[in-house]
Formats: sequence, C-alpha cells, structure tokens
Amino acid sequence: MSKAWTFGENMNTDEIIPGRHNITTDPVELAKKVFCEVKPEFAESVRAGDVVVGGRNFGCGSSREHAPIAIKGSQVQCVIAASFARIFFRNAINIGLPILECPEAAADIREGDDVEVDLSSGAIFNRSTGNRFQAQALPDFVLKIAEVGGIVQFLKTHDIEELTA
Amino acid sequence: MGTLVEEIFSRRAGRQVRAGEILLLDVDYIMSHDNTTPLAIKAFRAIGKPIRDKSKIVLHLDHAYPAPNILAAENHKKIIEFVKEQELPYLFQQGVCHQVMIEEGFITPGAIVIGADSHSNTYGALGAFGAGLGSTEVGVAWVTGKCWFKVPETIRIELRGQTQPGVYAKDVMIHIAGLLGMDGATYRSVEFGGEYIDNLPMHERIIFPNMSTEIGAKCGLIAADAETLRYLAEETPAQGTFETLTPINPRYERVVEIDVSNLSPQVACHPDVDNVKNLEEVAGLEVHEVYIGTCTNARYEDLEVVANMLKGKKVNPLTRVIVTPASARILKKAMQTGIIEILMDAGCTVTGTGCGACIGRHGGILAPGERALTTMNRNFVGRMGSPLSEIYLASPATAAATALTGRISDPREVAELAGG
Repeated sequence: MSKAWTFGENMNTDEIIPGRHNITTDPVELAKKVFCEVKPEFAESVRAGDVVVGGRNFGCGSSREHAPIAIKGSQVQCVIAASFARIFFRNAINIGLPILECPEAAADIREGDDVEVDLSSGAIFNRSTGNRFQAQALPDFVLKIAEVGGIVQFLKTHDIEELTA
Repeated sequence: MGTLVEEIFSRRAGRQVRAGEILLLDVDYIMSHDNTTPLAIKAFRAIGKPIRDKSKIVLHLDHAYPAPNILAAENHKKIIEFVKEQELPYLFQQGVCHQVMIEEGFITPGAIVIGADSHSNTYGALGAFGAGLGSTEVGVAWVTGKCWFKVPETIRIELRGQTQPGVYAKDVMIHIAGLLGMDGATYRSVEFGGEYIDNLPMHERIIFPNMSTEIGAKCGLIAADAETLRYLAEETPAQGTFETLTPINPRYERVVEIDVSNLSPQVACHPDVDNVKNLEEVAGLEVHEVYIGTCTNARYEDLEVVANMLKGKKVNPLTRVIVTPASARILKKAMQTGIIEILMDAGCTVTGTGCGACIGRHGGILAPGERALTTMNRNFVGRMGSPLSEIYLASPATAAATALTGRISDPREVAELAGG
C-alpha cells in the first residue's frame, strides 16, 4: 500500500527542511530531517512509495532546492497538492521529483489513506474512499524534463534549445 | 505593447510576446550564494559541459558568513575553490547578495537576472526582470547562458496618496501582503505603480519587488524612471544609457487600487506574512529581540531612521536589539556619518553584514517561547530558530520604537519622529 502523509496549506520550504539543516546537500542526510517540526514521525516512518499530499501553495518561501531533494530522499513516489509555489514547482521538475496538481484529490485524501498513483497518466485513486481523480497535465516542455528524470539528465543528451522547440 | 514584463521579455526575444508563451531567453547575470551554490556546482559537474560565459556568473558568501560552523566553512571552501578552478570574475563577501547586486551595478533597467534565492525579485525595483529559482537551474544557466520562462500574467498595484509620518514603504507592502494573501500572486508578475511609487526614493521602492516573493509572485516590477537613473548614476558603478521601458497599452489580469494616505503602521504577525494587523491592535506585546537587518530593510536610510529615533536614548535593557547592515558599504557609510556610534550608544548590538539571523543560522537565533519584531520579509514558523518562537514583521521605525520599550510600540509616539 502507498500511505498518504498529509500537510496543510502554504507548506513552506522552511518547514519542509529548516534552515539549520539545509547546510548539507546529501539527500539521505536531508531526508532524516524532512518535515522534522511539522511531522516529526515522518522521517522515520515513511516508506518507499508513500505519497506526500499538500494543500494550496505547497513549497512556498525560500528557493532552497534542499526541500524537494529532502522529500525525494525520503523515497516517496510523488507529491500531490492543490497547487504548488512556483520555485518549488520548477525545482521538483528539475531534480526529478514527480508532482501532481489536483485540488480535488488534495481535498479528499486523509492522513493514512491508501493512494494509488499512475504518474504517466496523472490518474489518482484513493482506495480508502474509492474516489478517482485526474491531475492536471504538465505542459509539453515540462514533460520533456520530467520524462528523463530531471534537467541535468535532459542536458546530458539534448541542447537546451530542444526544450522549447 | 504590453505589461512591463511583456515589454522586457519582448525586447529580449526580439519580437512581441504575450502572457502564456514559453520562452527560452538569454540571461544577463546568474546569481547564487553560499547556501545555493554548492548544489549548483553539483548540477554543473553532473551535466559535464563547460561554462558558457563566466562574466555572467555572480557568487556571494552571505547566508552563513563568516562561517558559524564547519559545514558552512566547507561550503565556502568549496565555492572559493570552484571560483579558482573556473577563473570566475565575481565573488563577493561584502553583504547580502541582493543589496550587493544592486550596489555593484549588475542590475539595470531591462536586464534579465536570475538568482538561486527567492528574493531575486528585488531587482525589479530598477525595472529589471529578477526571479528566484533553484540551484540546479543555476547550474544549467552557467552551461547554457539561458533560462526558460513562462511569460506571466500581471497584477497591477496602483498606489495613490502619500503616507503619514511614521508610515513607510514597508507598512504599505505588509498591507498589500495582507490584502492579496500568501498565494495571491502565484506565477504572476506584480507591477507596482501610481503616484505614491513615482514619488518614492529607490531605497523605499526596493521593498515592493523584494516582498512580492511573499505573495507568490514570479517577479515584482517598477518601471524605471528619472529616480532609477539618478540612483544608478549616484549610487552604483553602472555606466551607459539605459532604456526605461514602461507598460504600453497593457492588459492586466487584475488591477488593485490602494490609497495609502490613511494607512497606520502595519505588522505582519506570527505565523503568516498575510496575518496583518494595524499596529494599534498589537501594540504592547512583549518582544525579546528586535532585529534590524536583511535585504528588505537594512539600507543606510533605514539605519538613519532608527538612529534618529534612538539618539541620546537607551533601548530596553532586557531586549536584544541587533542591527545587521545589508552590506559592508552601508556599514562603512554609517560608521563615517556617526550612525553606528549612535546605535551602539543606545545599546544596540551592531554586527557585520549577512543573512544569518533571517534564516536561523547565526547572529540572532530565537529560543523557544521568544518573540522577535524584525524588519525581515518573512515570518515562517521556526525561520529564526526555535519552532516555538514567533516573528513579527514591521518597518525600521516600528522596530526602533519597539527597541526602546521591549514591547511592540508605535513610532508615531516617539517625539523625534513625530516632530520630523
């Protein structure tokens, strides 16, 4: 099962990974402190394939890439949110953390629900409530980055001009 | 034709662009600091391609500087070794990155500057496009010289009137944050204009684009005008003639009109920047620390306001009052004009420049149960230290009044200000 871990509105990057912990760039170390103040049990109890679910404006605040890296380091399969703050959105795509924007799913999913996600289609199925949702499709050029696992991977084999071509 | 952001992007693209389009544009400068550069270096190494144009890269050591611990020192070492290895021309250790970017003349009207720091929006005060993004994109821009942008829709904030004595640009911007909310401008360009902005000196204008980040904006812009050109000529080494772009027949998603004439000093209260109250509603609340610093409100003129209010007085002896000038240049000028002496005589702790306290690194960390009133731009829970501490945001004048009493206090009640 993929367990849902829910977070509220305006979950800022200071609360995802506080400034005093983001001095390292190591995903494993960062994952040990992710959400340490808002959900102290998360880092120890989260299992690979679980899902982080947020409200509106997920990832607002500081541009620190440590925030999506810490979440990715915890091996969750994706973040579902009602909406994402713009820098977090770019960062998540760039580092290959799958994100799905879906206000309806974000409102339906409760802590501990069993959630099935098809990342390629954006289909979200909350097994606990039986409700199905469809996340907003990502723009084509963003998909080009997401499909290869991030902007670094993309640039290894493509020119930047191919993004918008 | 278009909003200010459409005009800036159209000029760079060499054709008319409209909101909604995706563009790949050359950027003028790529800014990052000691907190974000190590990850950019990591991305750069992983990409494995050479730097496109070294003269576009501007690095700063400011977020944990001088190093408060070994990990921070390792970051500084890594960055300096990278500068040596790549023979990069610009590394600054002279203050908060955004202030130094402006002081050193990197920011000019119509420029496109990206930064691995969310407050890179600040550059919009000079009619430049400035936007924050992450470290990996900085590494990408080092290699490509380019960045992708979706041309944003624009919210126009039209400001009329003149503020009362004791009310500053910071109060107006906090008021705007309260009106629009923390995600009120997400993905949008926020264009600040109107007679109030037209009459404002540059050091006050900077507050608006700087804090546009707090309402989710991609950029905050003020059209360059005579004041912008005066500032560039008198205060920066930027040379040449600059084209002052303005909106032309703009189509705004939304226009918000605000008359600032009767506004009280404003306070953004714990725990959200949009939890905004008139100062009168929170006056008397005890604070344990007053912190005057950051890219928002620690410029020379801010220190001058504080010094005028504290001259010949003593701050509350049980309140820690910390002043961190935004740059070494500001600190030096404030020393030369006697402002630092006034602040020290009043009992303030004046520190070297940097961002440490604002991100809870060093230089003013809060203990559990403590409350700070600061001139910063954000008050996220735990931002300055303990998650059980509280941060209230206000103007330098409100900070000075509060420093005298140890309780949130009204600057209009301090005689020197009321008289001036």
